[in-house]
Amino acid sequence: MIYLDNSATTVAFSEVLETYQKTALRYFGNPSSLHGYGSEAEHLLRQARQSIAGILDIKANELIFTSGGTEGNNLAIKGVAYARRRRGNHIITTAVEHPSVLNTCRYLEKNGFEVTYLPVDNDGFVSLQDVKDASREETILVSIMHVNHETGAIQPVEKIGEWLKTREKIRFHVDHVQGAAKVPLHLHNSGIDLCTLSGHKFHGLKGTGMLYIREGVQIEPLLHGGGQEQNLRSGTENLPGIVAFAKALRLAYERYSEAKQALQTHKHELMQALRKREGMLINTPEEGSAPHIINVSISGTRPEIVIQALSKKDIHVSSKSACSARLQTASEVLDAQFGPGERAETGLRFSLGYNTTEVDIQQLLEALDEVVPEIRRVKEVKA
Amino acid sequence: MIFLTDIYLDHAATTPVRPEVWQEMKPFLDGTYQGNPSSIHRFGREARAAVDAARMTIAESVGAGTEEIIFTSGGTEADNLAVTGAARAREHEGRHVITTEVEHHAVLHACEQLEREGFDVTYLPVTADGTVRVETVQQALREDTILVTMMYANNETGIINPIAEIGECLRGHEALFHTDAVQAYGMLPIDVASLQVDMLTASAHKINGPKGAGFLYVKKETTLHPLIFGGEQERRLRPGTENVPAIVGFGAAVQSLQKERETRAKTYGQLVAHLLTTLASEDVPYEINGIEEKRLPSIINLHFPGTSTEPLLAQLDLEGVAVASGSACTAGSFQPSHVLKAMYGEEDPRVRASIRISVGFGNDEDQMETAAQAIANIAKRQRKILTEN
Repeated sequence: MIYLDNSATTVAFSEVLETYQKTALRYFGNPSSLHGYGSEAEHLLRQARQSIAGILDIKANELIFTSGGTEGNNLAIKGVAYARRRRGNHIITTAVEHPSVLNTCRYLEKNGFEVTYLPVDNDGFVSLQDVKDASREETILVSIMHVNHETGAIQPVEKIGEWLKTREKIRFHVDHVQGAAKVPLHLHNSGIDLCTLSGHKFHGLKGTGMLYIREGVQIEPLLHGGGQEQNLRSGTENLPGIVAFAKALRLAYERYSEAKQALQTHKHELMQALRKREGMLINTPEEGSAPHIINVSISGTRPEIVIQALSKKDIHVSSKSACSARLQTASEVLDAQFGPGERAETGLRFSLGYNTTEVDIQQLLEALDEVVPEIRRVKEVKA
Repeated sequence: MIFLTDIYLDHAATTPVRPEVWQEMKPFLDGTYQGNPSSIHRFGREARAAVDAARMTIAESVGAGTEEIIFTSGGTEADNLAVTGAARAREHEGRHVITTEVEHHAVLHACEQLEREGFDVTYLPVTADGTVRVETVQQALREDTILVTMMYANNETGIINPIAEIGECLRGHEALFHTDAVQAYGMLPIDVASLQVDMLTASAHKINGPKGAGFLYVKKETTLHPLIFGGEQERRLRPGTENVPAIVGFGAAVQSLQKERETRAKTYGQLVAHLLTTLASEDVPYEINGIEEKRLPSIINLHFPGTSTEPLLAQLDLEGVAVASGSACTAGSFQPSHVLKAMYGEEDPRVRASIRISVGFGNDEDQMETAAQAIANIAKRQRKILTEN
């Protein structure tokens, strides 16, 4: 089995599963309870928070646990928008964000906010100049992803953050879901006010995530209730998931830093090899992209057919965000990058993991050489 | 530290995962099945099938259709989705919401949020027996009432509200009816049609499932405003990659619950009865908060005259008996119970001298006896100290 869909979800590290199991079965108390079971749970919660804070070089009170990336992005964007609506109603984001950012912004547009969706160039990059030009007196929030989930393009969030430091009124949110542990992003003194992470994208568990909220930044909660997580995220803490999240983050930092060179090599080889093939266009920029994502458009095919054909050979890849994979429409990301047309409709995404091997890449290429001509032939006959 | 001899009597706060639930979850944790249900390759399809199976089990358990079950991250989220989601979706039809003073904070604070948004919320009182009366609901109903939200059984007292009768009384009124059944689900058979509810909340970790999963039943053709936006998951009412292992665990917990609900209710009722008998034989005065006839078998709230809740809890903890004062969800701080205040009034001694005992998986008669003796000794000692001073 060759799993090249690590941007959709990852296989949890075995150590992470052990941690989850141990916590779920032994420390099942509710951290808010006052008795021994509760205080042990609370202790583990605090430890996890401190460990994460140490890895990310932030303060322990600057992170809120969530149920995942989607909730984190919603909490950041809606949270800032509603907390700051008296100061302004303008939000800047990009056309290539994850649906959890785009659809939240679209919702806010229906509720009295104005949103600017910045374009990207042919390499998929947003420019600092565009951010500057779009910002105005009423701008309260800029939300730009770190690593694009479909193409792997790394947005210049550091540069944007640096500039936004001079814009006191604007809060800066970064969706770091795809970048976490794979592309370094320093939060401390970066101009970034909020940052989303998701556990199951770096070999943690589904249902876990966190939002970094810089000390002093005010947001409105999405969920009201028992007042957990500094009153910003009520609900009994998913303690086993949280402890597993902390473990996964630490291991992912280690393993991806070890695997970085190998990943770069695989990516480079795969891109080179694809480029040589007929009717294949690489959508991932050569420079300034994450080491684990390669996006390619294959003319004369439909991505879902290619995915199924590869799946039969036990090779698992995807086209776009899994969150919208079931809709048979063109990729919004590629559409923004290249305009509507075949290129945007035929994108395939290969996302590697720390344990992807040279052999995996070779087998992928061989399988593509087998299935693609056949798919093209059938399509032509039908046409 | 927790010791093996410790006695956990706080199953209303959270419950241990049952072994059979863990067994079902395991393949979704150990790498056997690890896909994203939205992925269209085989991995994704396996995960999708597992989520669908859990949804089927859960839908059947409340007499709902599978398309009427929305998975959430837990009870708090489901309550928030129901309360704010329904109110915001219907604000053009009216801005009046009815709830009670004794709801869980997830509902109460969601209602307070609605008030900040300009909704008018009526917080109904309860009687000293702990229940809300159907007539009280009837009287509070207005033409512009868009939502009535009332818990099925209270998390602090176990007292059961007449949800079916309230449902009946709301028939013919436009208001949507939501019930927080987080505590009731584990003990009472539930059928959404006979309760006549439009929405119902339940949570996995209260029924020996994992933390991080809950569901909201949403009756067909009920429109809600989502809290969270993103992908296409959960019919767009709750996007985000599904928490597959937790959902599978939830399904397994429900399956086991469906088989054993009656036996569990009976067993837990007997355990509570045993505790009360022991307390009586130890000659410690106590009173049950709320009406005995309308109580969940697993939860009991007891008043020990002449004692004080906080030291009572602390000393019981030292003795290895874990009980609670009320909802765990007040984030580790001790506050007098809003439920007991609503039942007896702010100044009643019950408000500051009561504890909640909730039994469940793993408890047995010996434990109840040991716990009752510890409670009796501590209560008597406290009573003595407090009366002497």
